[in-house]
Amino acid sequence: MENKKLYTLLVYSENIAGILNQITAVFTRRQVNIESLNVSASSIPGVHKYTITAWSDEDQIVKITRQIEKKIDVVKANYFTDDQLFIRESGLYKLSTPIVLENPEVSRTIRRHDASIIEVNPTYSIVMKYGVTDDIISLYHALDEFGCVLQYTRSGRIAVTRGMQEEVSKFLEQREKRLTD
Amino acid sequence: MKQKQITGSEALMLALQAEGVRTIFGYPGGSIMPVYDALYDYTRGEKKAFDHILVRHEQGATHAAEGYARVTGRVGVALVTSGPGATNTLTGVADAMLDSTPIVVIAGQVPIGALGTDAFQEVDLVGVAQPISKWSYQIRHAEDVAWAVSRAFYIARSGRPGPVVLDFPKNAQTEKVNYEPKHVDFVRSYVAYPTLDPNAVAQAVALINHSQRPLALVGQGVELGNAQQELKDFLEKADIPAGRTMLGLSALPSNHPLNVGMLGMHGNYAPNLKEQECDVLIAIGMRFSDRVTGNLKTYAKQAKVIHLDIDRSEIDKNVKADVAVVADCKESLPAITALIDKGHHKAWRDSFLPLAEKERQKVIEPAIHPKEGPLLMGEVVNAVAEAAPDNAILVTDVGQNQLFATRYFKYHHQRSICTSGGLGTMGYGMPAAIGATFGAPSRTVCCFMGDGGFQMCIEELGTIMEQQAPVKMILMNNHYLGNVRQWQDMFWNRRKSFTRMMNPSYALIAQGYGIPYEAVTEREGLADAVARMLATDGPYIMECAILEDDDVLPMTPPGMNVNDMMLSIEDKKK
Ligand SMILES: Cc1ncc(C[n+]2csc(CCOP(=O)(O)OP(=O)(O)O)c2C)c(N)n1
Ligand SMILES: [Mg+2]
Repeated sequence: MENKKLYTLLVYSENIAGILNQITAVFTRRQVNIESLNVSASSIPGVHKYTITAWSDEDQIVKITRQIEKKIDVVKANYFTDDQLFIRESGLYKLSTPIVLENPEVSRTIRRHDASIIEVNPTYSIVMKYGVTDDIISLYHALDEFGCVLQYTRSGRIAVTRGMQEEVSKFLEQREKRLTD
Repeated sequence: MKQKQITGSEALMLALQAEGVRTIFGYPGGSIMPVYDALYDYTRGEKKAFDHILVRHEQGATHAAEGYARVTGRVGVALVTSGPGATNTLTGVADAMLDSTPIVVIAGQVPIGALGTDAFQEVDLVGVAQPISKWSYQIRHAEDVAWAVSRAFYIARSGRPGPVVLDFPKNAQTEKVNYEPKHVDFVRSYVAYPTLDPNAVAQAVALINHSQRPLALVGQGVELGNAQQELKDFLEKADIPAGRTMLGLSALPSNHPLNVGMLGMHGNYAPNLKEQECDVLIAIGMRFSDRVTGNLKTYAKQAKVIHLDIDRSEIDKNVKADVAVVADCKESLPAITALIDKGHHKAWRDSFLPLAEKERQKVIEPAIHPKEGPLLMGEVVNAVAEAAPDNAILVTDVGQNQLFATRYFKYHHQRSICTSGGLGTMGYGMPAAIGATFGAPSRTVCCFMGDGGFQMCIEELGTIMEQQAPVKMILMNNHYLGNVRQWQDMFWNRRKSFTRMMNPSYALIAQGYGIPYEAVTEREGLADAVARMLATDGPYIMECAILEDDDVLPMTPPGMNVNDMMLSIEDKKK
């Protein structure tokens, strides 16, 4: 456990079936659990972006990153620590409306945590919060104190690097250029 | 002009032809019948493009493709049906992955409409092959055949080579297509040949120029990169002694003055000890397998490590590199050679000699020139190595036979060894040897096997018989799964749990297949028997009655320090 940190891997791949399997298999083989995972289209046409978080040490995460990048249809894989990224996650909290109405502290807590109520009906209310992991978890703990949480879920992480450009488009540009020289 | 439409199966024929394929190792079945029907025309008559070798088990097809690839440097091809045909190839695919061997496995599959229904002989081949292959792909439509086949061959042979699996659903085999040839030599997400970094070269040069006790570790990467000459140029200019890994044995000829032997658990004494004494370790196209390094915590800690590899993921994987030169060694070696000073390391090189002499007296002489007792594997290998022509290819199975064969065979030419290093696949030998005879028809193929491994793909005797493949099979019969027996004796209190094995009459088996056979039981008859085997055209089985409990030495027990290599079993007690 000593040097374990939460790392975020940003992986870009061609849009070919079966890549997710290949990526997760690299983690499994090295006995590292994936904490969260988000897959979406990237800003580059035809390229998918995977945002994966995992607790690991640097040695291990370097090896995992290289093994992933080695997959033929993976364009790029890089790992980051939180300070190198702009990170967002979201949390959804389904609360019991009667308890919320009964206890004004609940609404105050929601406001204090900068979360928003996005639906209310007589049985339940839906609260949503964007933020970093800890903020979302701390709102959950705060709400849970009131005994009003019916369901709770937290999304996978999405992240962009604090650096200027999407490195991947540069890489692809260079690759394509090489093809034509 | 209106193009003629052809089937996906015929498109496969044309695509394979475009890749220069001449030999296909295969086995038919329901889901690959359209391809076999097309193959009928392409293996005879005016359209003839291929020889198809009907194996007796799909695992045999993959190992044969591996043997073919290893000796030619070209991509080996295996063609099989879906389901059990496909799963039977997985051992070969995994073997090729660990040993960086370029093969393409083409397997039939149920039509895409039936995928996911547990249709007869449906297996998610791409799913199961993905973690053990370089690339796996399902060709869902005939129009994808040309592209997928060309991409498969490009991926298999380029960069660090490896196995590619193509899953070919039956609908795509029968659909019609306007065939347009495709030539893939670029995949944007896959950097096959990383650009050589001049800074890394400069750093490597500086370390080498300042080293007093440099040692090179030569791996198969040199053979895969066809950099045997570049290696020699480098070693000779720098005057650096070189050990070879098991897969790299023929990258540098045995009799080269800078060759100091084989690395690893059962390699030679001097290079193993000197790994712990050198000041700069130059790893060239090798991956620091645990069979080479022993205990990583103590391995070469005193040395600066320069690692030349085409595969970035090998850098720092097992041994931390002080300088990583990530490139094809065909490129990196000459770049380094050009910049280094002429080296002079005679005293350092000479310091290997007493160790080599010690090994010669304590281990090698008793192994290859025993005076009494039953035949030993070492002397059999030595007898074959002495009599075989210089161009001979060594093929081994796995076990003691492999370790003795790789230790005592002599390598004169490049691409002279086929052995299952990474996966250690028993059963590899016989089919790999078949593949080698097709890849290198003018060379003598000597295949050493144990009584266990001989039986693990024994069905390929049928292929040998039918093709008259000139495999010189040397069956070293010790009536044991000898390698495991050795470990039981050494580490498991001599409890020989299921390692003694009852054997059939191999004479009768040989007779059944019509393969010339001779048994050697006496030392006196060995040389003549070897001569008869080598003088006989076509296949041959020479069965040698081997001492039952001989041990392979020297040995670094697993996880031990390489400098604690034992020259005798008694050393273990120390
Ligand atoms: C497919 C497979 N199964 C089991 C093993 C484990 N194994 C390694 S060496 C060996 C013994 C081989 O016996 P034999 O072929 O007679 O060769 P010998 O060591 O006696 O020369 C075994 C069982 C293996 N390497 N491969
Ligand atoms: Mg045996």
